Amino acid sequence: MKEVPLQTEVKSAKRIKVSSLAKTRKRSDYFWAYLMIAPTMLGLFIFYLWPIVQNFYFSFTEWGAFGQYEWTGLDNYKRLLEDATLVQAFKNTIIYIILTVPIGIYLSIIVAVLLNQNIKGKSIYRTLFFLPVITMPAAIAMVWKWLYNADYGMLNYLLSLVGIKGPQWVSDPNIALYSIIAVAIWSGIGYNMVIFLSGLQGIPKMYYEAAEIDGAGPVTVFFKITLPLLSPVIFFVTIMSLIGAFQVFDLIFMMIGKSSTALESTQSIVYLFYQHAFVLNDKGYAAAIAVLLLAVILIITSIQMVLQKKWVHYD
Amino acid sequence: MKKWIIMLLTVVFGVLSLTGCSDSDTASSGEKDGKVEITYGFWDKKQVPAIEEIIKLFNEKYPDIEVKTEITPYGQYFQKLETAATGGALPDVLWMNGAHVVQYAEGKVILPLSEMAEKDNYSLDNYPESLIDLYTVDGDIYGIPKDYDTTGLWYNKKIFDEAGVSYPDETWDWEKLKEVAKQLTDEEKGIWGYAALMGNQGGYYDFIWQNGGYIISEDGKSVGFDKPEAIEALEYNVSFIKEGLSPTQAQMTETAASELFSSGKIAMMFDGPWMVPEYKKNPDLNVAVVPQGKKRAVSIHGLSNVISSNTNHKEEAWKFVQFLGSKEAAEVFAKTGTVIPAYDGTQDAWKESVPNLNLQAFIDGADYSVPLPSVKNTGEIWQYETDVLKKAWSEEISIEEAAEELAKKANEALAK
Repeated sequence: MKEVPLQTEVKSAKRIKVSSLAKTRKRSDYFWAYLMIAPTMLGLFIFYLWPIVQNFYFSFTEWGAFGQYEWTGLDNYKRLLEDATLVQAFKNTIIYIILTVPIGIYLSIIVAVLLNQNIKGKSIYRTLFFLPVITMPAAIAMVWKWLYNADYGMLNYLLSLVGIKGPQWVSDPNIALYSIIAVAIWSGIGYNMVIFLSGLQGIPKMYYEAAEIDGAGPVTVFFKITLPLLSPVIFFVTIMSLIGAFQVFDLIFMMIGKSSTALESTQSIVYLFYQHAFVLNDKGYAAAIAVLLLAVILIITSIQMVLQKKWVHYD
Repeated sequence: MKKWIIMLLTVVFGVLSLTGCSDSDTASSGEKDGKVEITYGFWDKKQVPAIEEIIKLFNEKYPDIEVKTEITPYGQYFQKLETAATGGALPDVLWMNGAHVVQYAEGKVILPLSEMAEKDNYSLDNYPESLIDLYTVDGDIYGIPKDYDTTGLWYNKKIFDEAGVSYPDETWDWEKLKEVAKQLTDEEKGIWGYAALMGNQGGYYDFIWQNGGYIISEDGKSVGFDKPEAIEALEYNVSFIKEGLSPTQAQMTETAASELFSSGKIAMMFDGPWMVPEYKKNPDLNVAVVPQGKKRAVSIHGLSNVISSNTNHKEEAWKFVQFLGSKEAAEVFAKTGTVIPAYDGTQDAWKESVPNLNLQAFIDGADYSVPLPSVKNTGEIWQYETDVLKKAWSEEISIEEAAEELAKKANEALAK
């Protein structure tokens, strides 16, 4: 009898020792963990979260020259409601999104599936498709601007060889937005392709082997195995592309001149934000536009998060 | 233990390297081995060789002041300045134009120079009066004039010769310009007689003045875009496009008119002396005074060098600004033919820098020139001009509608 409590004592003492060791171990782990992520976290707070808070505050102010501002309450938001240019900018952005995101994803899945086969020189093709991604958007825009040039561009030159007089790709208000969309799709395929490729390679081979044994053709395999198992990746790419498309700016800024006749029919929300913040020095109103954009992206992303339950299959 | 030490060292070195960065940063804008470094901000790449030479001459006099140049393309120049001024990070010395000087002076981000000029007996009489006026805000001078520019009618001799038309001269008026533009336009060869630019200086401003109109009223409270004289002038401009004598607005945004002109696709166009370095490369090009309307008028504008309020080296910056405004510096600018130097008496040297061009046309213009209007919101009004007038230039809306919309927006900006 005497021994028993002793044993338990020893045990519990051991346990205490172990658990306190675990605790100190844990505490020091946490310390190091926090220390290691501190630079990133600091950067995140200082350069992302704090500006968002500030931007929200500034959306209630009106700016004068050189950083002076005054509180004007909801004035900027009232202006938002009456701004016809903003409506046009939203329309442009939505057309841009509706075309670039689905077509971009569709094309990059096809390219990824094709380049996932055992074909000769596939790494060369992969590199070629990825090249636009590592090229600066500004450079892409400049090159395309020249290809698109109505009088001296290559595109219209090629069209003229077959007797067609090409349009003014980036100056005609009815066409310019679509010209930009084409470049955006082209330059975005590579990035999505790489993500899809990694997704494709993550699909276990056994499913394909089983399908082969059951005698499924390549089309069935694609729709019944590849696509469902790729759906988490498609979901991820959709969300990222949507957010990216909402924020389109550089291509428009570079390809459409400031005095271009097509500016109104191409300018996106972020372009309008830039115009107000940095050209017209109307920073308060620009902040309100940014808040609106943030809200729209937030809502659309949450809708997607809800809808994903219906179509995304996690393995 | 070992791990601890390694960690500690990593952190310490990390922190050290961070402070190291900021150390070198402050050094770059401050003192370095007894030398003072000041920064000089400007936008025109074409003037870099002249400015470098001037800095060299300056250093012969003041070896202890090092000047670092910061070039920002014009498109972003004032946006960058605005942000820099808010953060107190303007270059010590910088270029200023007439459109922004009032805003910058009233915002107290550039220094008044009158006091220092008086103390050093620095004479302002050596510069054209219109430029001194342009940079005087509330009785204080803020910028020392650097150069000025008027507009000329550039033309392509080859196109004139082929069509057997005599070159433009001082007798030309609006009618003659139109008539010759018609004669020179050749659709088959893809040659336009004239480029109806949608620009204010050397564009519709000049035409509005020539027609007896005004841009901003004398009390600075309203604009004159919707007055009959202005509407008529704008209509005259756009008529070149309507009649097919000029490239369309869309064509001119896709390929700059200056490029079309220097490659022989346009026979005549308005442009400034800052294009001399570019246009002198093509021996077919020459320049004459702009044609007259109801009266003679041409816009004049000039840049000046100003000192920012956030400078830590006011004395050194002032010395540099004085030197930039000196005859010596003006002569360097004159010699390279980049701009018309503002310093009186150095213009002849500029004229002779490119003898085969009739540069006298720009200097003649100064006699009947009108300075570009400058108010606090000039920049905003310019933006509205672009936004609204381009719709008229591309024939989306009528001139009257555009003039009315522009006047309304600009008047609202002036009332702020």
